[in-house]
Amino acid sequence: MTFSEQELAAPAAEHAVTAVDDAPRKRWAAFRNASWKLWTGLAICAFFVVIAFIAPLIAPNPNQTSSIGLQPPSFAHPFGTTNIGQDVLSQVLAGTTGSVAIGFIAGAITVILSMIFGVGGGFLGGKWDEAASLISNVFLVLPGLPLLIIVTDYVQSRSIVVISIVIAIVSWAGAARVLRAQTLSVRSRDYVDAARVASESTWRIMLREILPNLMPIIASQFVFGALGAILAEAGLSFLGLGAPGGKSWGSILFFAQNAQAITLGAWWWFVPPGLCIAVLGAALGLINFSIDERINPRLRTLALVKRASRDAHRKATR
Amino acid sequence: MRYYLRKVVFYLLAGWIAITLNFFLPRMVKGNPVQVIIAKTQRLAPLPPEARHALELQFGQTHEPLIVQYVSYLQHIFTGNFGLSVTYYPSPVVDVIGQALPWTLGLVGIATVISYIVGLLFGSYIGWRRGSWLDSLVPVSTFLSAIPYFWLALILVYIFGVNLQWFPVTGGYDNTVMPGFTWDFIGSVIYYGLLPAFTIVLASVTSQVLAARNMMVSTMAEDYVVTARAKGLRPGRVFGSYAMRNALLPSITGFAISLGFIVNGSVVTESVFSYPGVGYTLIQAVENDDYPLMQALFLIITLAVLGANFVADIIYGVIDPRTRIAS
Repeated sequence: MTFSEQELAAPAAEHAVTAVDDAPRKRWAAFRNASWKLWTGLAICAFFVVIAFIAPLIAPNPNQTSSIGLQPPSFAHPFGTTNIGQDVLSQVLAGTTGSVAIGFIAGAITVILSMIFGVGGGFLGGKWDEAASLISNVFLVLPGLPLLIIVTDYVQSRSIVVISIVIAIVSWAGAARVLRAQTLSVRSRDYVDAARVASESTWRIMLREILPNLMPIIASQFVFGALGAILAEAGLSFLGLGAPGGKSWGSILFFAQNAQAITLGAWWWFVPPGLCIAVLGAALGLINFSIDERINPRLRTLALVKRASRDAHRKATR
Repeated sequence: MRYYLRKVVFYLLAGWIAITLNFFLPRMVKGNPVQVIIAKTQRLAPLPPEARHALELQFGQTHEPLIVQYVSYLQHIFTGNFGLSVTYYPSPVVDVIGQALPWTLGLVGIATVISYIVGLLFGSYIGWRRGSWLDSLVPVSTFLSAIPYFWLALILVYIFGVNLQWFPVTGGYDNTVMPGFTWDFIGSVIYYGLLPAFTIVLASVTSQVLAARNMMVSTMAEDYVVTARAKGLRPGRVFGSYAMRNALLPSITGFAISLGFIVNGSVVTESVFSYPGVGYTLIQAVENDDYPLMQALFLIITLAVLGANFVADIIYGVIDPRTRIAS
């Protein structure tokens, strides 16, 4: 993939600046309010990305066994050890690399595919829409799990990259449908008709009238794509169908489940990986939500909104 | 009418494509599934020639041209002949799926509907009361919606199954109770289904809440809602007849999509609980290289999702004239 995370986020950022055309004071208030979600989300994501990069340096041997066996957290092993004495913290660190990579690769591919098929089809209508919907639907009805097994069998190499590409190919169709439904709704609005009557070019209508109104949904589709991929891979690995030898949070849970960690009460073995998935997922969700708020001020969860409407109400009833 | 007719034709076409893919995908797999299965079962019991023949038929190991194989494959589908299962040898695949299907339909069906309705109502209400304290639930549900189904299942098993021992953690019913329409059996099924169902609802409801809230908030600024409020209609009426009805539109299509997500999540959840449904059966089939069973399950799930989407599209056409006009 030639698209980086920044490039994908760039159009959204541009719109965020232009879309909120308020008085500066208001804009500052909005920024301050949106910022805690945005900064929290970004900080957590950055933390995991950094871990993903430096994991090989700080946890070089996640599979190193030792004779101490299953041990609860201690000073030497902050997250305890597995049934064959592996350090759980090292495993979680190494697993971060795999899970983060899968989220970003699959999220990016999901957005690109769903925009081509969903927005393109919905906007152009007619034969294009029919063809795009047909392709989307065929992908939508292919259950990901068996397909993944068959395809990876066929590829003969289940690497992290291959798995994330396959996950994206299997899962973009849902996003495309959501985008298509919204595109159909936006397309039939007055201002689009007005632009058509004013004989604006198709591209201009698409980029200036329709796309800005789809941005919140596109943003959330990227996040759900990344999040969905992380969850899908975790599920696959948990079932023992992940990349062989590849470390991810899901594969730790697979080994924990196989070694009866739950019945043994080894909470330190299965709690951290799942918690990591949830925290990274929540961070993606927060970023997504604050992007939505920037683009679509109505979505803001403001105490400010309440105050404004109360003041307006007071003025009106005075 | 033309809209519906087109939809029917379209879904028949999509169904045919899915069925055809199901025919070609196993033929793309490298290696010889039949040999794999024979090697596996050889250790348990020698494979009778007729079973071998059935397997060979299943995987097109005949020396007939592809088109002949394809026609006989279609015939097999419509007569429900999917060959014999390896895992549950010598039961036919159809019987295995027939036993698993009710469990999944019951568990996932009920859990999905509960999660969907609760999520939409609650989400719309949070959106409606934007700016109130309810907004603080948004970050919380963001966190909750990111929790993997199977991990939530593990945690619930750990807390309620292992530590508190309130609920059973494996199977679909108490083995000491005879299956049948007795109160004992039905009670046992409900008791065993509570924890898996609770897992699915808890894991899927939060994303419904978020989606519904955002749609509601967008809808509330539409002119017709503003007008309705300006007319001085009762808030309850504005909420129900004006805002909610329109905010729910996208989630009709969303239902089919989230059904797919929930089915995927349920596959893994079922495997945690060893719940005797389609998902658990699928995992069993995968672990045992049970290709006939895998292929048939693949087809069943595929056609079920296809059907759900068809229904969603028809309903969408009924409630939103714009989609009919657009076509």
